[in-house]
Amino acid sequence: MSTFIQTVIVGLRLGSVYALIALGYTMVYGIIRLINFAHGDFIMVGGYTIIFTVPLVLALGLPAWAAVLAAIAVCALVGMGTEIIAYRPVRKKGTNMSALITAIAMSLFLENLAQAIPAIGPNPKVANQIFAAGGFKIGSVTFEYTTVITIVISAVIMIVLYMFTQKTRLGRAMRCVSEDKSAATLMGINVNHTIILTFAIGSALAAVAALMYMAQYPRIYTTLGSDLGIKAFVSAVLGGIGIIPGAVLGGFVVGLFESFTTSYISSSLADAVVFLILIVVLLLKPAGIMGKNVGEKV
Amino acid sequence: MAENKVPVLETKKLGINFGGLKAVSDFNIQIYEGELRGLIGPNGAGKTTVFNMLTGVYEPTEGTVLLNGVPLNGKKTHQFVAAGIARTFQNIRLFGQMSVIENVKVAFTKDVKYNLLDASLRTKKFWKAEREMTDKAMELLSIFGLEDAADLPASSLPYGRQRKLEIARALATDMKVLLLDEPAAGMNPTETAELLECINTIRNRFGIAILLIEHDMSLVMNVCERIKVIDYGITIADGLPEEIASNPRVIAAYLGE
Amino acid sequence: MKNNKTARGYLVNTLVIAAAFILFQMLTGIFGGEGDFKLVLVPSLWQCCYLILLAASLNLVLGFLGQLSLGHCGFMAIGAYTAALISLACERAGVFTDKAGLVYILIIFGCIIAAGLLAAVTGLLVGIPALRLKGDYLAIITLGFGMIIVNVINNLPFCGQDGLSQGSAAASLYKTGLGFGSKAKVTYLWIALVVTIVCLTLMFMFVRSKYGRAIRAIKDDEIAASASGINVSSYKVLTFTYSAFFAGVAGALYACANSSLSTSSFAFTNAGILNSTFVVVMVVLGGMGSLTGSIVAAVIMFFVNYQIANGSWVAALPPLINGIFKYPMLVYAVVLVIVIIFRPRGIFGTYEFSLVRLPEDIKKARARRAAAKAERKEAASHG
Repeated sequence: MSTFIQTVIVGLRLGSVYALIALGYTMVYGIIRLINFAHGDFIMVGGYTIIFTVPLVLALGLPAWAAVLAAIAVCALVGMGTEIIAYRPVRKKGTNMSALITAIAMSLFLENLAQAIPAIGPNPKVANQIFAAGGFKIGSVTFEYTTVITIVISAVIMIVLYMFTQKTRLGRAMRCVSEDKSAATLMGINVNHTIILTFAIGSALAAVAALMYMAQYPRIYTTLGSDLGIKAFVSAVLGGIGIIPGAVLGGFVVGLFESFTTSYISSSLADAVVFLILIVVLLLKPAGIMGKNVGEKV
Repeated sequence: MAENKVPVLETKKLGINFGGLKAVSDFNIQIYEGELRGLIGPNGAGKTTVFNMLTGVYEPTEGTVLLNGVPLNGKKTHQFVAAGIARTFQNIRLFGQMSVIENVKVAFTKDVKYNLLDASLRTKKFWKAEREMTDKAMELLSIFGLEDAADLPASSLPYGRQRKLEIARALATDMKVLLLDEPAAGMNPTETAELLECINTIRNRFGIAILLIEHDMSLVMNVCERIKVIDYGITIADGLPEEIASNPRVIAAYLGE
Repeated sequence: MKNNKTARGYLVNTLVIAAAFILFQMLTGIFGGEGDFKLVLVPSLWQCCYLILLAASLNLVLGFLGQLSLGHCGFMAIGAYTAALISLACERAGVFTDKAGLVYILIIFGCIIAAGLLAAVTGLLVGIPALRLKGDYLAIITLGFGMIIVNVINNLPFCGQDGLSQGSAAASLYKTGLGFGSKAKVTYLWIALVVTIVCLTLMFMFVRSKYGRAIRAIKDDEIAASASGINVSSYKVLTFTYSAFFAGVAGALYACANSSLSTSSFAFTNAGILNSTFVVVMVVLGGMGSLTGSIVAAVIMFFVNYQIANGSWVAALPPLINGIFKYPMLVYAVVLVIVIIFRPRGIFGTYEFSLVRLPEDIKKARARRAAAKAERKEAASHG
């Protein structure tokens, strides 16, 4: 029984990290109908930023997690830069497919750029301890502080984000643009600014996800983004891409399945199982669990 | 006499719902060989939706489509085409990157008999089929005066010729019923007149049934033998052009009373 | 008249290919066993052969059919492991004892065909469910299938653990089976060339038939294609299967040309250059819808990679540039974005090279350039 609960907790922790990343995919997809393959690599960028700023932050007498602020700033900049330099020009001229290929190219670019920077290089780097070690026990189940903090912070962020899109002016503008760009323009919304804002928020979430991930596994490498990113976008698609609650749901589903496969079957099959779930869901419900099927207008 | 004949295309109580909204309901039509029918109605009346149900793009939630008395329920678009219903689209849908003649040849594909092995080895069968296809395609293009443009990309044609090419492509599927979705939309009077001539030519030549959606009332009144009017998905009139022109419900629907 | 011209085209092509092949065999006979020819050129040609097949086969799906598939190397992996395992089985069963003789050659061809067939079957099984989805979803689901294939191979007792990826067991596998040494690579280079030429021919024949027309129509407009009587899903699955077949063949050539197999070579991305992403890059750069483009892109990108990895001039560069060159994908990524922005359909677009049409093409290109120039002049004189 305690193994079961432990597995659930691990699943929730993984799930909350995936959900945070999936939110980034979903927000960008919602607004420009593009799977931003480079989003996973924003996590990697955030991770390295944290690694390099932690000593500085500690020297200033702040807690280690404060480094995430720097990561948020850097990630947001990288995200906005990617949109302005690569995606926007392609979106203007090309088809859906060329946009998707550009996204793959940006992902390759960030990964290989990181490897080419001497301070990073191809070998994994180990991070400092982010949160206090240890935990508490309820019955025979151990709750690590890191786990609890991860789940709580993710939950808070998701609620705030949801409120943001529903209640604030900017959030409404975002939903407007994702519904209909030309109508949004007519209503006086600056579409390009809104898209950039979406990229900034999505990338900032990736930075937070990087912190959460590193709190648990203090080791990062340049292709970390691909590995985490693939699972996160599986989450986003599973839940119904473009739908914020869908991303959260998808994240937890993927996290739990991964955790259960790892502890009850085999860790080497976890990825295959995650994809199998995705394939089954997509075949039964092509737009994801919470997605609506929209046919092409003839 | 008409009572004894089986209609080429017939619908029985055809209807469709989109998320609770009844887009079209109780749509009944019978079209006989060689007949030219018109389907008119104000914007958003459900005309194109009817076409989409008649070609398997949408699956009707109720009713059936029968071709020569055979129901086509649950079939896919290409099976509707194979059975003998071809269509054009309101917003022209050509294969823009392919040449004009290839656009027509694509529509022959379903009737071409050679297989992958013939294609790989370039057998006699392959050459013969390809040659016949080219000849037939050129013949069709010449009906529409497009033979000089055969090797140009379809997207480079002017609007009116693109419309004609789309009709030529539909004819190439060797159909029994042709559905034309606003063929004269966006055309100037000269082009419309040319188109009329084309439609008459193909009807006489191929002896097919044609169902025409049109906004241009004068065109419908001139060519169609019978006209059906729908509004909000419901049939409000069905009859000869002159009857329709004087039908108060039709006038009301068009004037938005 | 038109038919005579087509027939002449086929004749010319066949003669030129045959002549080139014979000439090459003679050169192999003369320089065969020695120096750079044996150690550099021949292994390079082997690599080019499977890269060309990979790129061209993906182009069928990506360029002609217009569907982004991100798991192409999964099919290659199946081909590679099938070929290697069959040769291993034959060797253990004592069907052949040394790398010579007709039996051995037959076994190699058997391996290659079996590799293609098994990959095609997998392609069919993957394609039937996957191709119900479109665009982004198809990309993800094929990526997923690619990963699952690799994952499954890793977990097969006779693939992952016992062998083909581990050094010690690999030695026994490759003693006399597939996995040619540099000498055998020279001896059997003709196999790689023949297989590549045959496969490319089959692909050309495919795209220049009703099949090619149908799938290009599907790429342009699926709804119009089905309204023209094309069974969209069956043509999609057929193309996907056909493409997987050639990816499997490419895998078999890969198994021949390498001394060990590791599933990490067939992933979506990895540190090396052989992965599904790289294949996509080759196809896009070469031209989506141009087999010529895929062939040229594969050869050029192989050459660039080779130069970056082995060229003596690279070491002489300043350290900063040298550092970047260690990661050729970095450069490709930038080139890819630039190409997509300025030439969205790839460098060759849908152009296909043809010997017979070459003079005509050159004339046309000249005329176009002249027309453009005249237009500019006109505009300038008016402006």
